[in-house]
Parts: sequence; structure tokens; C-alpha cells
Amino acid sequence: MHELGVTESIAGIVLRHANMNGARRVLKVNIKLGELTGIVDRYVSFYWDMVTKDTVAQGAELNFVKVPTVAYCNRCREEFRIEEYDLTCPRCGEVASDIISGREFVVESIEIE
Amino acid sequence: MDIRILEGVFDANERIASENEALFRENGVLAMNLMASPGAGKTSLVSRTLEMLSGKVSIGVIEGDIASSVDAEKIKSYGVPVVQINTGGACHLDAAMIREALGHLDLPSLDLLIIENVGNLVCPAEFNLGEGLRVMILSVAEGHDKPLKYPLMFSQSHVLLVNKIDLLGMSDFDVGTLRETVRRMNPAMVIFEVSCRTGEGLPAWAEWLERMVRERKNQQRM
Ligand SMILES: Nc1nc2c(ncn2[C@@H]2O[C@H](COP(=O)(O)OP(=O)(O)OP(=O)(O)O)[C@@H](O)[C@H]2O)c(=O)[nH]1
Ligand SMILES: [Mg+2]
Ligand SMILES: [Zn+2]
Ligand SMILES: [Zn+2]
Repeated sequence: MHELGVTESIAGIVLRHANMNGARRVLKVNIKLGELTGIVDRYVSFYWDMVTKDTVAQGAELNFVKVPTVAYCNRCREEFRIEEYDLTCPRCGEVASDIISGREFVVESIEIE
Repeated sequence: MDIRILEGVFDANERIASENEALFRENGVLAMNLMASPGAGKTSLVSRTLEMLSGKVSIGVIEGDIASSVDAEKIKSYGVPVVQINTGGACHLDAAMIREALGHLDLPSLDLLIIENVGNLVCPAEFNLGEGLRVMILSVAEGHDKPLKYPLMFSQSHVLLVNKIDLLGMSDFDVGTLRETVRRMNPAMVIFEVSCRTGEGLPAWAEWLERMVRERKNQQRM
């Protein structure tokens, strides 16, 4: 929904680090994206070309690594993958688990030349 | 050449949010982020809450709106301090907008700050404002299947107000199904069934909220 603003934030982060490292060109941006964030990577890629026009990041490939939603059951002391946002532990049926991943949205690294 | 960055896309917002949170804490103010779809009844709930808690709790309101000031005008008639934020098209409030609005409020004189977010079930859940309490409204007119379509807000909120229950007989909205879905997503969620039209269910909400405000004040004294 706010993918344009988000794309601008990513570009800001990428360009700051590209400049700090004297990049002539950014080739690739690796982004970790949690399933629960609701961000649509297709839209981010769509805005990317527009937002980075005439910068060293123009034309850089956006590589999204999707992070599944995972919860932790305190009773079984075990992690489990969440399907359909149902926090019921598949082993014991308890619904008291903490979500431990799925909200990530991190610029992990860039490849520059 | 590979450069490690490890910067969160929402980090800038999170930093300002934690400054806001510290301000609320120092001043003993419970900040409540009120989120829902357009027309779910946010402004109606703010009005009703002001009526029920007036004289007991000192309340300020921040009204987030894409363009108009209609809601802020309504709330002003209750004689409470109101700050209007026009997001200029943005579909959610963010922490920096709140920080700016706080410059127009006398925080030490408040117990409760109600922030009406922009009508939207998606974005507001991504942007921490520094609030102590996240409250969402789902109205009967929207259907009981919304939690699965908009999971983030349902999994992040502390309270769910099911509003417009006066319309229950006129739709196939099933409160039981909704409760079961929400319990599996967010077992700690506190649920109130209310009608801002008839007033049904609202006293329980107001009492609960007043208790939360008192708890926040007590924490400040400790
Ligand atoms: N039947 C019924 N109508 C309600 C109830 N609560 C609010 N409404 C009506 O729903 C409409 C929208 O209410 P608002 O309080 O303006 O909703 P909102 O969420 O603030 O709307 P936006 O700020 O535009 O996103 C108004 O016409 C209200 O009178 C209710 O409990 N029952
Ligand atoms: Mg409103
Ligand atoms: Zn948004
Ligand atoms: Zn278990």
C-alpha cells in the first residue's frame, strides 16, 4: 500500500552506503522480507526504476529473500512454521506462541563496482 | 564488491517512535493508536469515549486524515485539545508526524492521548508511533473474514472493538467465527462487542480503558 515510500527508504539506505564506499554503480541489492509485512515486492521493484533514475543505483537488481512466519511454542520448546496465520502449535495444540520471524524488512547487503 | 548493510527499512521510524514512547512514559500519558478501515467508526468511538470518560480522565486527541479536517472539527466540539494531521496523501501516520503534533499539546496535563489513524487496515500496523496501546475496530459491515486478509494489524493489536453490532441481524457476520479466528492469531487480544450508535457494550470498554490509564499513571509514580 505504501510501497512507494518504502522504495524511497530503501533507495536512501542503498545510496548512502554506495556513496560511502565510492561506488560507481550498484549491481544488486539483497533484501530480507518477512511474509507478515504485507509488502508486495513486485510493486517495490516497479517503483525502484523510477526512484533511482539518474543515480548510481539505477538498473540495480532487487533480490528479495522471503522470510516465512515462524512461531515458538513455550510448552514444546520448538519452532514451527505458521500457515494461514494460525498460531496453534501443531504438536500440542496450545495457542500461546510468540512470533519469532516474519516481520523482517532489512537491506542486508549491496553489490557495487 | 559486496557491502554488508543490515539496515531495517523502518529503522528511521522506529527510532523516532522510541523517542515518542519515552516522552509518553515520562509524562505518564497512555498513548492509544486507533486503527481501522475507512468508516468503521473511529471518530464515533473517540466521541463516545470522550463522553464516557469526561471528568475522570484528561484526554487529548490527534486526528490523522489524508486531507479534510471534518473529524477534528467534530472532536473539538467536546472541548478537548485536538491536533489535526493532514498526511497529504499518505495512507498512514508515522512517528515523525506524531512528534511534530506533540509540539502542539501540553503532555503533562494529559492522562490519555487518542490518535485516530488514517482509515486503512494495512499500513498503520507497519508504523510504530510510540504508542502504549494499539486498538483496532472491525465493523460488522466489513465481514468476519477480515483477520485472514489483514493479518498484521490483527496480530499486532492489543484490543479489538467489534463495532456496529446493532447491524448484526442484517448481515451474515458471525461473531463466534471471528473470535475463534482471532484467538488463533493473537490469543492475548481483548475483544469488546460494541455499537457506537446504540451505546451497547461501550461502558465495559470505557471502564477497561480507564483502568489502563490508571495503571500507566501508577507506573510513572514508581
Ligand atoms: N449502524 C451503526 N453505524 C455506525 C456505528 N458507529 C458508527 N456508525 C456510522 O458509520 C459511519 C462512519 O463513522 P465514523 O465514526 O465517521 O468512521 P471513521 O472510522 O472515523 O471514518 P473515517 O475517519 O472516514 O475513516 C457514520 O455514518 C457513523 O454514524 C454503529 O455502531 N452502528
Ligand atoms: Mg474518522
Ligand atoms: Zn501506508
Ligand atoms: Zn506445542
